[in-house]
Amino acid sequence: MSIKRINAIIIKEFKQLLRDKRYLFVLFFFPVFLLGMFGYAVNFDVKNIKLAVMDNDNSKESREFIKTLISSEYFILSGYIEKDSDIKPMLDNQDVQLILVVPQNFSTELAKNNGKPSLQFLVDGVNGNTALIINNYITSAAMNFNAKIQTGFAEKAGITSLSPINFQPRFWFNPSLETTKYLIPGLIAMILIVTAVVSVSLSLVREKERGTIEQIKVSSVNTIEMLLGKAVPYVCIAMLNGILVLIAGMLLFNLEIQGSYLLLLLTTSIFLLAGIILGIFVSVVADSQQVAFTIAVFLSFLPSFILSGFVFPIDSMPPIIQIITNITPAKFFVAASRSIILKGAGVSAIYDQLMYLILYTLFFLILAVLISIKKEKEL
Amino acid sequence: MHSITVNNLTKKFGSFVSVDNISFNVKEGEIFGFLGANGAGKSTTIRMLCGILEPTSGDALVGGFSINSEPDKVKSSIGYMSQRFSLYNDLTVQENIDFFGGVYGLSGSNFRERKNWVLEIANLKGKENLLTGLLPGGIKQRLALGTAVIHNPKIVFLDEPTSGVDPISRRSFWDLINQLSEEGTTVFVTTHYLEEAEFCNNIILINAGKLVAEGTSEELKTNYINHKIIDIECDRTVEAMEILEKETFVLDTSIFGNNLHISVLDDVSAKKSVLALLEGKHSFRIRKIDTIVPTLEDVFIHLIEKG
Repeated sequence: MSIKRINAIIIKEFKQLLRDKRYLFVLFFFPVFLLGMFGYAVNFDVKNIKLAVMDNDNSKESREFIKTLISSEYFILSGYIEKDSDIKPMLDNQDVQLILVVPQNFSTELAKNNGKPSLQFLVDGVNGNTALIINNYITSAAMNFNAKIQTGFAEKAGITSLSPINFQPRFWFNPSLETTKYLIPGLIAMILIVTAVVSVSLSLVREKERGTIEQIKVSSVNTIEMLLGKAVPYVCIAMLNGILVLIAGMLLFNLEIQGSYLLLLLTTSIFLLAGIILGIFVSVVADSQQVAFTIAVFLSFLPSFILSGFVFPIDSMPPIIQIITNITPAKFFVAASRSIILKGAGVSAIYDQLMYLILYTLFFLILAVLISIKKEKEL
Repeated sequence: MHSITVNNLTKKFGSFVSVDNISFNVKEGEIFGFLGANGAGKSTTIRMLCGILEPTSGDALVGGFSINSEPDKVKSSIGYMSQRFSLYNDLTVQENIDFFGGVYGLSGSNFRERKNWVLEIANLKGKENLLTGLLPGGIKQRLALGTAVIHNPKIVFLDEPTSGVDPISRRSFWDLINQLSEEGTTVFVTTHYLEEAEFCNNIILINAGKLVAEGTSEELKTNYINHKIIDIECDRTVEAMEILEKETFVLDTSIFGNNLHISVLDDVSAKKSVLALLEGKHSFRIRKIDTIVPTLEDVFIHLIEKG
């Protein structure tokens, strides 16, 4: 192995990269664009739910309950409904997501000793996820209201020290439950793997297509020197991209890295290595840039988006799909980087993920070498 | 002294035999022409001789190293230039030279000297910062050759180096090849242009993977065609051809420009018969009648049709 030869390839790759302004633009615009898109648009936090109320009771109690709902940031009162026939069209037209119907006897039932006060909630269930969250909100609103009324009754009866369990949940690692903070590690994974796989495979296949690879093959450069020379520039570019996304996450979405920067760097490097091996694998299989691009996107973008646990939790997938999620190295990186960034986890907490990544890398390296030997014999 | 020795070299792809048991020698410092139709196995042979494709059987010594057991040593003693002029179009002249110099492990004053030499032969002095993609074909071709031999190899393989280049550039490119050969470099070249083959010291022709002819261009023209070619200059050429076609001593006729070519076995008696027939019987005016040496094209078409 000769450092001089590897150096020559690295310098050449960098020169070619820097000369291609359009490609550079895409390379650096793509991550920022994705971050903006995911950070602002993809948001699972349900707020500002539009609520309509049909208050048949019109009592002090019913108004108080409505007030507790709309005083939170979750609900907005869009208006009152006068008659039953207005309910259906309002939900049909998606004017509101939630309708509260207070029956006439709400306050009287509430005042009775054995009364059964009831409320009706009509939730737009088209988006199951949102409906579920709305359901949770109104359940807890009703429970709070109950607790308040019970305290009131107890005080009237002269019992002052009534203290049921004081439930105050705390969410660790992402206390305000912001989706963006949860998404950024996954986003970094996706950007890194797409950059690595697509750019490495294209750069190798371009040499095949233009015949320059022959010229390098007949020189004394061996395969390892060639691949190292190709990998280094793209690792640098991908790293730079990853750091860019991390900084943007800190500035735009108040992301804080809880764990060790060094460990994050190490994890990212191992993950990038996996991405680059995957890129080399694609370049061995594909003979034209179009084919390479298609395979690279198919292998990197889709699995890292759908199967990595980036957006959709792996635990809630069917068992077979859970096994299939292992085809993307992003799965391991997302788990590890989330632990480091959000939880501040150390090596001991993530070393199994790192082992998986290394195994994955070795698997594709061996596969690429085998296919390349087979192809060489056929040519 | 031979710089390339090929022994029973064979390459099979599945059941298809691309190169079929060929053997030949290339002398040190000569220009060696390797001819054959497309798909005859030329590129496969070159790839094997360059050490990037393993032969199915047989061996070759290139620069004294076996392509089977020492392909890396073979690689470091040769230069290779393909018909695609494998330069990076998105790099400048300087960057291309630097890259190939680096890949061949050159450095220091030796590298500076060779870089200068490449710029000189490509006429690119002072234009080092031009993008290679913008250079005209002929210049690009010279730069490609320069970078292919930047490490001063003893042997250089040129795979159809002049395809797609204008005649003037082609001529000056051959001057460059001659210069390399005079400096002691063995030049192994494939080409489609048969007038270029005339510049080679020795030629081999392969067809369907088999070696069908070898020798100097003179030897090929005399040893591989049995019949003689007679060139006739007369009036009413077409009419004369129609008359001669009917004669049994004429094997073949063809029109070359204003002249008539006929193939015969015995040129001396044939000339007499032609004169008697055309001038005596049909009162043609014959201005010239000569036995000529067949062109390489005549030989190759003859050999390949026969094969």
